[in-house]
Amino acid sequence: MQPEPLPSAFAHQHLLGIEGLSGDEIAQLLDISDGYVELNRAAEKKNPILRGRTQINLFFETSTRTRTSFELAGKRLGADVINMSVATSAIKKGETLIDTAMTLNAMHPDVLVVRHPESGAVKLLSDHVNCAVINAGDGSHEHPTQALLDALTIRRRRGPLENLTVAICGDILHSRVARSNILLFNTVGAAVRLVAPPTLLPPRAAEALGVTVHHDMREGLRDVDIVMMLRLQTERMQGTFVPSTREYFHFWGLDAEKLSAAKDDALIMHPGPMNRGVEIDSELADDITRSVILDQVELGVAVRQACLDLLCPRAPGASG
Amino acid sequence: MPNTNVSREPPGRVAYLNARLLDPASGLDAPGALFADGKRIADLGPRLFADGVPEGIETVDCAGHCLVPGLVDMHVHLREPGHEQKETIASGSQSAAAGGVTSMACMPNTDPVIDDIALVEYIQRRARETSLVKVYAFGAITRGLEGKQITEMGLLAEAGAVGFSDDGLPVTDAMVMRRALSYASTFGLLVSQHAEDLSLSGCGCMAEGAVATRLGLPGIPDASEEVIVARDIRLVELTGGRYHVAHISTKGAVDAVRQAKARGLPVSCEAAPHHFTLNETAIGDYRTFAKMAPPLRDEENRLAVIEGLHDGTIDAIATDHAPHDQESKRVPFAHAANGVVGLETLLPLSLELHQRDGMALLDLLRLVTLAPADLLGLPQGRLAAGAPADLLLFDLGLAWTVETAKFRSKSKNSPFDGRQVKGRALRTVVDGRTVFTLDDAA
Repeated sequence: MQPEPLPSAFAHQHLLGIEGLSGDEIAQLLDISDGYVELNRAAEKKNPILRGRTQINLFFETSTRTRTSFELAGKRLGADVINMSVATSAIKKGETLIDTAMTLNAMHPDVLVVRHPESGAVKLLSDHVNCAVINAGDGSHEHPTQALLDALTIRRRRGPLENLTVAICGDILHSRVARSNILLFNTVGAAVRLVAPPTLLPPRAAEALGVTVHHDMREGLRDVDIVMMLRLQTERMQGTFVPSTREYFHFWGLDAEKLSAAKDDALIMHPGPMNRGVEIDSELADDITRSVILDQVELGVAVRQACLDLLCPRAPGASG
Repeated sequence: MPNTNVSREPPGRVAYLNARLLDPASGLDAPGALFADGKRIADLGPRLFADGVPEGIETVDCAGHCLVPGLVDMHVHLREPGHEQKETIASGSQSAAAGGVTSMACMPNTDPVIDDIALVEYIQRRARETSLVKVYAFGAITRGLEGKQITEMGLLAEAGAVGFSDDGLPVTDAMVMRRALSYASTFGLLVSQHAEDLSLSGCGCMAEGAVATRLGLPGIPDASEEVIVARDIRLVELTGGRYHVAHISTKGAVDAVRQAKARGLPVSCEAAPHHFTLNETAIGDYRTFAKMAPPLRDEENRLAVIEGLHDGTIDAIATDHAPHDQESKRVPFAHAANGVVGLETLLPLSLELHQRDGMALLDLLRLVTLAPADLLGLPQGRLAAGAPADLLLFDLGLAWTVETAKFRSKSKNSPFDGRQVKGRALRTVVDGRTVFTLDDAA
């Protein structure tokens, strides 16, 4: 039985990825997010348009920041927010992902926010529920709200996104953040460069993703507007992806010297959590004139509010 | 242990007169003179010093002998640190100087393994203090030669490593090899493979074939080398890494490299003199001095190596100089260590290709000078104004008998003892300084 799609103010039932979103839809999401940024800075942060709605944060992979951000977003909109993590789920007891989806669906949630370690798992789950599903990260595939919050951060600092040049640096191979960002920047007309050792780049990245590929940081960062650093997972630092932390930092860690190749006002971004001294020099990460890493965290809540707003049916009489 | 043999005097200004100048880089083969001013070649040519040598310049009369770039050996084991009873950088360098070798690259299978920049720096310091010739270090591909984690190739290269190898052992795991080639390609680094499938070699201790069967020794099939070379070439296609086959020894592997080159892949290889001058019959009555890895193979393979040297498939000749003490060799054949010393026989054995197999002298010299220097990214290996004054003067026709007892190497494990050869180093010059003359040695 295919679930009936519910009516929505947005042309999509789910937000499974940046793929499939038009430039106008991205702009719409960012415009709505801007409004929530102001709300979140006010003393009274509640705008209970989702009162009576149920939001389940279903995390099959540990997360602190993303889950908290979605939880805050839902609560500020008045939804009842439930957190389910893998430790308390039935998955450990052998239930399949589809069983979990159907079980939760039977409880009539209005939105499921799902993170899963396998690429494509969130899509699979979404096929078996009636409610809206927001992908909070699936494997190495997509993490759309991260890309949206990155875009919002850049737009608020630098204006229109088109014609900017963005360098995404580090562990592209394993990064869903990179894939969502590449899709978003390509859609809005910004140029993307990937900078990483070949062991951390997906095969045929240039043709598959519509980007240019660089192995050398100085070359890759030359005259870029945005430097986006990615986290290198500790378990990948010693082995065959990268020989060591010190070698990685020496050649690919962002420091003032390498950053000098970028435009003078280039912004530094990082999806967090950072490995200081591995992919980014600590002082640069804390340089408030260049680093917008904390802006990203702040704007993340607003972006998630905008997503919930667009995908969930509003409470009767609620005003936007 | 400072070595008093290493001169601290600045090199002088020396005119090498009446020489047959041979330079594979420019194709020069002409009588003439060469002027070394300090550490560099200042000038050379047929008309140089035609009007006499100015005052204050030392002269060396070459008596019509061949003056060529000093030999470059891209594959030696110097055993320091860790096995100094077999060889040291000092003794290895004396052996090199006597053989006309002015630059050599040592393999990282020392103890500890050269898998950290501190070890590269150690080799460089010991070479500065004790070596007569230029010594360059290969870094390990994997930490501890364990075949699991890749080394800090970028930092090692910055510290001076000229290439990467786990020599003595292959990189067995295909994923590790893929990533090593991929990672090395970031910096354009050379990855050299000891191509041997250990699971196929098993307990083999010589080439599989009729001789092994008669001797009752377990054999190593040619396929042991060939499957790894074939696999690695596929990985080169995936990664674009610069791949080098060390001590190539089989027809199948030479054919595979030939085809890879024809397809434009960045693949190169080297052959050791024992693999084109000897075959498995040299083992005779269980002679452990003829035991090495890869093993001496049958005549068809030997001829295939010679063919590869002739047609350019094999880029360089490298000795795989592998010193072993008596204790490592005076044991039953299967227990004996692999390896032969080679620095002092490199020149005459290579010259057999010219004298016996008809290779042009300049083509042969390229294999032991320019080609290995280029593979390692070194400026030497050529006679040109501005190039390092690393020179070899040798007598092309001098017949002599190899006497291992007279080797300068600490180890005498050579199967060539008593071999009648032709061609010998008369004088070896490194950075403008003479580090060996046959007259002094005699």
